[in-house]
Amino acid sequence: MKILVGIKRVVDYNVRVRVLPDGSGVDTDGVKMSVNPFDEIALEEALRLRDAGKADEVIVVSIGGDEVQQQLRTGLAMGADRAVQVRTGESLQPLSLARTFLKLVEREGAELVLLGKQAIDDDNSQTAQMLAALWSRPQATFASRVALDGGTAKVTREVDAGLETIEVDLPAVISVDLRLNEPRFVKLPDIMKAKRKPLDVVTLEELGVTVEGQLEVSHYAPPAPREKGIMVEDAAQLVAELKNRGLL
Amino acid sequence: MSEREIMEYDVLVVGAGPAGLACAIRLKQKKPDLMVAVIEKGAEVGAHILSGAVIEPGPLDELLPGWRDEPPPVCIPVTRDEIWLLRPGGKKTRLPTPPQQKNHGNYIVSLGATCAWLAQKAEALEVDIFPGYAAAEIRYTDDGTVGGVIVGDMGVGRDGQPKDTYMQGIEIHAPVTVISEGVRGHLAKQLIARFDLAADSDPQTYGIGMKELWRVQPGKAQPGLVQHTAGWPLDSKIYGGSFIYHLDKDRIAIGFVCGLDYADPEFKPFEAFQQMKHHPMVKDLLEGGEILSSGARAISEGGYQSLPKCEMPGAVLIGDSAGTLNVPKIKGVHQALRSGMLAADHLAETGRAEGFDAKLRASAVVKELHTVRNIRPAFYKGFWRGFVRAAVETVTLGKLPTTLRVHADHGALQKVSEYTAPERHWVDRTLPPRDRLASVYFATTEHDEDQPVHLQILEPDVCTTRCTTEYNNPCTRFCPAQVYEMVEEDGQQALQINAANCVHCKTCDIKDPYQIINWVTPEGGCGPNYQNM
Amino acid sequence: MSKILIIAEHDGETLNQATAKVVSCAAAIGGDIDIAVFGHGIDGVAAEAAAIAGIGRVLAVDAEHLATPLAANWAAEAVALAGDYTHLLGPSTTLGRDLMPRVAALLGVNQVSDIMEVTAPNAFKRPIYAGNAIVDVTVPDGLKVVATARTASWKTAPDGGSAAVETVAAANAAVDHTRFVGMEIEGGERPDVQSAPRVVAGGRALGSEEQFELIYRFADQIGAGVGGTRAAVDAGYCPNDMQVGQTGKIIAPDLYIAFGISGAIQHVTGIKDAGTIVAVNKDPEAPIFEVADIGLVGDLFKVIPELEALLG
Repeated sequence: MKILVGIKRVVDYNVRVRVLPDGSGVDTDGVKMSVNPFDEIALEEALRLRDAGKADEVIVVSIGGDEVQQQLRTGLAMGADRAVQVRTGESLQPLSLARTFLKLVEREGAELVLLGKQAIDDDNSQTAQMLAALWSRPQATFASRVALDGGTAKVTREVDAGLETIEVDLPAVISVDLRLNEPRFVKLPDIMKAKRKPLDVVTLEELGVTVEGQLEVSHYAPPAPREKGIMVEDAAQLVAELKNRGLL
Repeated sequence: MSEREIMEYDVLVVGAGPAGLACAIRLKQKKPDLMVAVIEKGAEVGAHILSGAVIEPGPLDELLPGWRDEPPPVCIPVTRDEIWLLRPGGKKTRLPTPPQQKNHGNYIVSLGATCAWLAQKAEALEVDIFPGYAAAEIRYTDDGTVGGVIVGDMGVGRDGQPKDTYMQGIEIHAPVTVISEGVRGHLAKQLIARFDLAADSDPQTYGIGMKELWRVQPGKAQPGLVQHTAGWPLDSKIYGGSFIYHLDKDRIAIGFVCGLDYADPEFKPFEAFQQMKHHPMVKDLLEGGEILSSGARAISEGGYQSLPKCEMPGAVLIGDSAGTLNVPKIKGVHQALRSGMLAADHLAETGRAEGFDAKLRASAVVKELHTVRNIRPAFYKGFWRGFVRAAVETVTLGKLPTTLRVHADHGALQKVSEYTAPERHWVDRTLPPRDRLASVYFATTEHDEDQPVHLQILEPDVCTTRCTTEYNNPCTRFCPAQVYEMVEEDGQQALQINAANCVHCKTCDIKDPYQIINWVTPEGGCGPNYQNM
Repeated sequence: MSKILIIAEHDGETLNQATAKVVSCAAAIGGDIDIAVFGHGIDGVAAEAAAIAGIGRVLAVDAEHLATPLAANWAAEAVALAGDYTHLLGPSTTLGRDLMPRVAALLGVNQVSDIMEVTAPNAFKRPIYAGNAIVDVTVPDGLKVVATARTASWKTAPDGGSAAVETVAAANAAVDHTRFVGMEIEGGERPDVQSAPRVVAGGRALGSEEQFELIYRFADQIGAGVGGTRAAVDAGYCPNDMQVGQTGKIIAPDLYIAFGISGAIQHVTGIKDAGTIVAVNKDPEAPIFEVADIGLVGDLFKVIPELEALLG
């Protein structure tokens, strides 16, 4: 069974993100870029499934310019068997990303796709669900546990009310949440091995994907500062104020 | 524990700073077939690099001719120099620029961004660079020669036990290891002791350098302007001053250095830095701006007298692991680059460490240190006498026959009962960061909290007994990141170590009067994540 | 003129408050607003939806296989109803976030996630980079708007409506590839700090694990979740899954009450999106007062018992 894992190159989660003074975007000058943390967790899960004999091959995929090869090599160093870069200069939104993944899924004959639940840059949380829809297959989002048994996966999902367990038939798309696993460290010798693993490049045109209907994103602004607060004199005043505001 | 996996290289460089990277690049230029690796504890090259910095381009011209066509991302030619003597009450006096401070032809850079740029050049030459891995220990061969390093284990819990993610560190074997950890490297510290490399030199002496990168209101920065100040907020007994380097895109690199041989046990270097920013001349520049990044790093100030022997069986010391910074120029990068290139030339020629020390001592690197050797120690007698002696040394080009001795910093601290600090005329502060915790936030330093504490206290009883009475726990003041705190626990005072705040500056290892703080490397990839610092 | 269809969230018995928040977002867009309720035995829920002010119609789609909100089943029904609606909205809850993207993809459009503000019927503001930047997003003319509304940004729409409830037959059979197995409601009586609408937190000033009980007691009295600062966790006063802040949990409750917390930036990072921040601290210079909406300089050991008495 082949597992496809999508990884996105994002601003490292440690970076204090700043909006450019002219509002045209976020300042990424000299900023560290890394694999989206949720995607790392997705890759770790795929590797565990393969290492447990439930899958034969883990293919790691990224969509973007050649700079994403850095993240693909990290994926290979973690243990993925093969990497694919879908080379494009455009910035794709989830619908186009999902269409691209669908083409790859068909091309590779993958039966399971693991994605992070959201990218920490645009925080959309859509690609996995959209891919499942276009593929007419199940989606299991925000997974905190995955148990594969033959052609079925039992997935526990973190939802607002608690933990929901569903069962999905493969092929399926799973999006992973923070508590699913803790990604392994990369061993130095594996970084060297990764340099020799296959990294294929394919274009959107070759895959037959047209990008259209994208939302217009503009005017990046810092969050509004909190309004200045008030001081109260004692507990009684505090309670009155909270009741007044309908908070208690 | 299973036996560690081994990787082999012809040369292993520890630390991806300017010295280490220059060495790696030069090695591959001279001998392309050599297998060269650089190991770096920061999560990426530049993450742990912090410096002013104004650099002399000479060594870069030599190493990478044509670099000016494709310069590092932050690289502003110096337009003007200003030296100011600040005085209390917002007063200031412009001083003439001494020759060592004339920066015409030099560049203001971000050393971190420059190292990332150097790393790209190194990788293009097929140097293997491994950021995110800490060289935890030296690997010795059977006959006691340095034979590479042991990479730190990862995924170890605070209790010392392996976690689920445990990964044993490999060994990297190499016939020659180049130690380029920068100031007060933890491996260099061990090697200097083990091979008695400091037998014929004075102890090393240091300063703490603290820096912030600001984006100021449009029009306030004058790109290319290099300003230095001395005087207030320090008193005449503490060596130090500030730098204000004007970059492009409305950015200012502002920082403060104090010699760590200060005597006042209650002195707070971080507070002095913040005070300097509130002098009207500086406050005007910063007001309305925002902090982009902040951090700290020790600098080596001992120069010629403190230079240890830079070779030992199987290894060499280069850059500030040896201590090559030129203090009156406040520049170390050109020296680091040069020492790295020298080491590369030597290793390419001979394949062994032996003979490097002699070459270094005969080189321009040490010649430059010799010329200015008396300037820093001249200030042991206070600012004005130092100023005069410095002028004399400058005029006589360091050719006077005497050499002043250099002292160790940790012995300079006086006891609280014996020291009265002068009136400092410090003011109320309004500019960010409000305190050290806020400053640490901008260093984006990160340590997995579930790992062994990397600041080892060799005699913990001292902290709550002798040190409290004698020095009032100065670590709680000299650490720029508020790692050390005295807290009350069950009605008693205890030392709390907030290891996660550590910015790897090494000040505690240097200044602790009992020398019981031993800084060791935490898990690779931890620590600050400086950007453009 | 916009025609908006909101997909309701409920647990089979009661309508989730989030739905009324989506109504506020829809009201900001303007136009006709209908609510679709998918489920089984949903008369009560449909009636609740109909009672929200400003609703035109409630479309009740009752079928056994819709009893649990499996995205594959619900999305198919939403698409069947989409028709000439210009907007399809859901809440930014886990249900909404699971469902709406599937709806969007089936309708062939991109989705706008987490609407904070409406600037035009097809233009919105939303947070990115964990709220460190806000962007304007515009849906191209002529395309349906499929979106989730960020619940923390919208008030609950008032009652007072009397919409008609229409029964609509389910358009699709159950998908066979996804099956609901079970639901484990969050253990314990105390709400989880990550999702609780109210959180009470304590800092190192509490002084001991025993004294931290004050925090637990007060939280239980007002039905709140409990959090602690890194300092409190490090000192062992509370467990580390309660840690709120940069290296702990980032939370956005409607009400956050901080007792004895100085407000270092590392902690404030974890609560900066809270609706209302209340701080009680002995030190008038504590940085927490710079971010608190309501501040009280006082000794928490006196104030907490006073609050308990007043609210008791």
